Amino acid sequence: MATNVFVYMDHFNGQAVPAAWEIVGAARKAADALGTGVTAVVIGQGIAGLADEAIQHGADDARVADDARFKDFRVEAYASALSKILKDTAAEVLFLPTTGRTRELAAMVAVDLETGVVPDLVGFEIKDGKVVGTRPIYAGKVMEKVVIASAKPQIFVVRSRVFPKREAQAGKKGTVTKVEAAAGDARTEVVGYKATEVGVSLTDAAVIVSGGRGVSVNPKLTPPAEITDEHQKEVWRAQQGFALIRELATVLNAAVGASRAAVDAGYVPYANQVGQTGKVVSPDVYIACGVSGAIQHLAGMRTSKTIVAINKDPEAPIFRVARFGIVGDMFDVVPALTRALKAKMGK
Amino acid sequence: MNIVVCVKQTPDTAATVTVENGKVSWGDAPLVINPWDEFAVEQALRSREAHGGKVIALTVGPEVAREALKHALAMGCDEAILVSDPGLLAGDSLVISKVLAAAIEKIGAVDLAFFGRQAVDSDTGVTPAQVARRLGWPALTLVAAVTALDPAGKTISVDRALDEGRQQVKSPLPAVVSVIKEICEPRYPSFMGIRKASKATIPVWSAAEIGLTSIPAAALSWPELFAPPKVETKVEMITGDSVDAVAAKLAARLLEAKVL
Amino acid sequence: MVQQMVRDFAQREVAPFIKEWDRQQAMDPVILRRMGELGLLGICIPARLGGQGMDYISLGLACEELEAVDTSLRVVMSVHLGLNSLGLLQWGTDEQQRSYLVPQARGERLAGFCLTEPGAGSDVAALVSSARRDGGDYVLNGEKMWISLASRADHFLWFARTNPDAADPHDGLSAFLLEADRPGVTRGDIHGKLGIRAGSTGWVHCQDVRLPASLRLGEEGEGFKIAMACLDGGRYTVAAGATGLIRACLEASLRYAGQRQAFGREVGQFQLVQHKIAGMVQSYETARLLYLRAGWMKNEGRRNTRETSLAKWFATEASFGAASEALQIHGAYGYSDEYDVERYLRNARGATLYEGTSEIHELMQAGYALGQRRDASLRCELPAYVPERDPASGSSGGRTASL
Repeated sequence: MATNVFVYMDHFNGQAVPAAWEIVGAARKAADALGTGVTAVVIGQGIAGLADEAIQHGADDARVADDARFKDFRVEAYASALSKILKDTAAEVLFLPTTGRTRELAAMVAVDLETGVVPDLVGFEIKDGKVVGTRPIYAGKVMEKVVIASAKPQIFVVRSRVFPKREAQAGKKGTVTKVEAAAGDARTEVVGYKATEVGVSLTDAAVIVSGGRGVSVNPKLTPPAEITDEHQKEVWRAQQGFALIRELATVLNAAVGASRAAVDAGYVPYANQVGQTGKVVSPDVYIACGVSGAIQHLAGMRTSKTIVAINKDPEAPIFRVARFGIVGDMFDVVPALTRALKAKMGK
Repeated sequence: MNIVVCVKQTPDTAATVTVENGKVSWGDAPLVINPWDEFAVEQALRSREAHGGKVIALTVGPEVAREALKHALAMGCDEAILVSDPGLLAGDSLVISKVLAAAIEKIGAVDLAFFGRQAVDSDTGVTPAQVARRLGWPALTLVAAVTALDPAGKTISVDRALDEGRQQVKSPLPAVVSVIKEICEPRYPSFMGIRKASKATIPVWSAAEIGLTSIPAAALSWPELFAPPKVETKVEMITGDSVDAVAAKLAARLLEAKVL
Repeated sequence: MVQQMVRDFAQREVAPFIKEWDRQQAMDPVILRRMGELGLLGICIPARLGGQGMDYISLGLACEELEAVDTSLRVVMSVHLGLNSLGLLQWGTDEQQRSYLVPQARGERLAGFCLTEPGAGSDVAALVSSARRDGGDYVLNGEKMWISLASRADHFLWFARTNPDAADPHDGLSAFLLEADRPGVTRGDIHGKLGIRAGSTGWVHCQDVRLPASLRLGEEGEGFKIAMACLDGGRYTVAAGATGLIRACLEASLRYAGQRQAFGREVGQFQLVQHKIAGMVQSYETARLLYLRAGWMKNEGRRNTRETSLAKWFATEASFGAASEALQIHGAYGYSDEYDVERYLRNARGATLYEGTSEIHELMQAGYALGQRRDASLRCELPAYVPERDPASGSSGGRTASL
């Protein structure tokens, strides 16, 4: 009788990570195809409630290792505990979400159990009773299918925002089994912690929201009376526009870019410039607001995986390379988009 | 201090990578030292400069991987070792971590093993943690700074960059340290370094020489490689009755298409 | 590895800022310092004389990579290393090399080359700057123009007439090591050049400047021969640099031709564009082989005046052609400083003027071919390349021994 698909519930500050419910969904999908169930694994201190949450979100049962030794995440100790659980249950498949903790956790468990680990899973199918995963290599230029043919468990670290989140079913119940913690062997000591406000750099950003010349065009906006110079009025309007762009960027954890026209006009510093003369970027998503899409700007961002264009002019060249487009005034569309995304992403 | 830095040879990130006859092809783009590993080499060299000792560059790969070791030597590493064995070519991280761990044990009396965060070809980023697990050493990953290093007292303190913020961790030595770009700016190879690297004798160890009587089997196999599906280039114009309706529709489409 | 290292430096530390520097007609001093720190300013000077101990081909490769980003970088190499340092290496006494060559090879001092005058360019023998012997000193008077690093260099190789009565004016010239801070030396920048605007070009003037005879380079009357020998070094760097410029034009054209659309297709699919690109490929590969051959001959210690002249003439003419074609491919965008090609064109236009105009080289080549011109042996020769014997580090082969 095949064992359940196991899903590791990663958590921080007592809360399951946002991606947790996507992974439960992925585990559910695999379990249904394999004809088995889903078991959630929770390791920590005072986090038994996560087991109930996991069951409400789709797990059939849960195993919990709740011990003072697991108060802070320490990979060596957590790996020993997780490996023991997987070994004792002869688990065949394990899914984990992708966080700063889980890659190394999965890696170590794979060594303990002499099995394979597949990070950055973006899809899978079941073939001959095995999970055949799909993942990107060479920074996504190539896709590979990978399977762990005989070792167990088959360990997959799943990319975020690939599988849909499962909604909770209040009142759904399942068996929660407490397990004894394996002997801890954490030799490192966490001596401090600092939340950071690191700005996203243009060249590293996965998402960029960019403004062009159109950012200054908003006759509805009245600059303060003390600004009398026409150019300064234009710059002030542009700064209001970039403020809207920055808000959208914050919601998306994105970097802010600009076209040469916007930089030349003095709306933003040169460091933000995207294009032939500025930086060449290749983000997953490039949202161009009031950017016409002239070739020299395109040269800087055309390898973006998805381009979203917002422009008043339906003939603007940017629409020829965009995947999604809105013809409209960015001063209206950008804040509306910020609101809509905030709502949908639960921020 | 005895410091090992593990490097990998990968195609240049600027290469056009395609799938030809079921295999990955990078045309005639050059093979280089994995860019993340340059940061690891630099940090290893700085640790040596601060505390003395020697830095040994280590790689597992085919003969041509020597060039990556030469780059490390040209940057200033004292020695380089190539572990090469035909049986290792199909290895996954389970195999490679075993080989690296065995090589590090063979080198002996190693205090620190540096790694770059991930290799730009396979992009898995699991090898450092796996090597640490095999050696029984602590794994310090996502390291953005080495804040203290005490070879005599056998401790190291680092800053790790987690999603939620910076974590300060203290660890005993020996340890595995895997670094991110923030840690330092890699130096250019010096001309004297380039000369020495081109003349250097790099020993080659086979699997047997590092104590592996048989090559472990890989747990992973790769039934298929393919190019990612081309995304539709025809623009989908989003329309609606009001700005909020249009924005909501776009937001929904973006999340649905897994763009965001 | 040498080529990659210089390429990385130029792409990372210069390329992002060069357009701005060019626009402002100013060279950021940080670049000179960085080139010194990285050892580029002494790349082919032997280690015992403060240099990096690489060969002459490495010098060429470095110049190719530097000019692929901007000509102003390569000009620094040309005057400091190609003309001045190699001149000192070939003709300097031990004392002169110790005092001047060593610090400049280390990048601690900058060196320039003062040959051209307002009234004497191609006609070197007609230069009028004078150097009058007075006891144990010389007194220098004169003005030099179009001098790279005029306002930045710490010292110059200064060429002046010591014997106005020589039967052949070529034999009346001598060379001197002139420190820029000697009393009577004034200098200034020249702006308004068409190209190489991120570089430093200027004039240097001597008014009764006194310097000891120990600072004369070579013997009295050898000045012309020394100048010509120095030009073998400078021209080599120009040839290599122009090759890099051709490559930059080619790469820019390939990128643009792959992106720009017209008549429903990428412009790279049109034959007339392909013709231009093929021409650039031919120019690049030819120029490259010509300078590499000259570099190899220098390594071997062979006289290479003819080969270096040929490489310089070909590469510089070809680089202007390549830049012009690259601009054409870019259309109106090529005419704007949004793209780099207009800067390549402006930069390229100067190279057929300095270190021997194209016309001079053409006459030289015909002269060699017709037997009218022969290279006489020189009292001092540029040393062949001797591979350095570096101190052993760690034990590169020791690992196997310890098993």
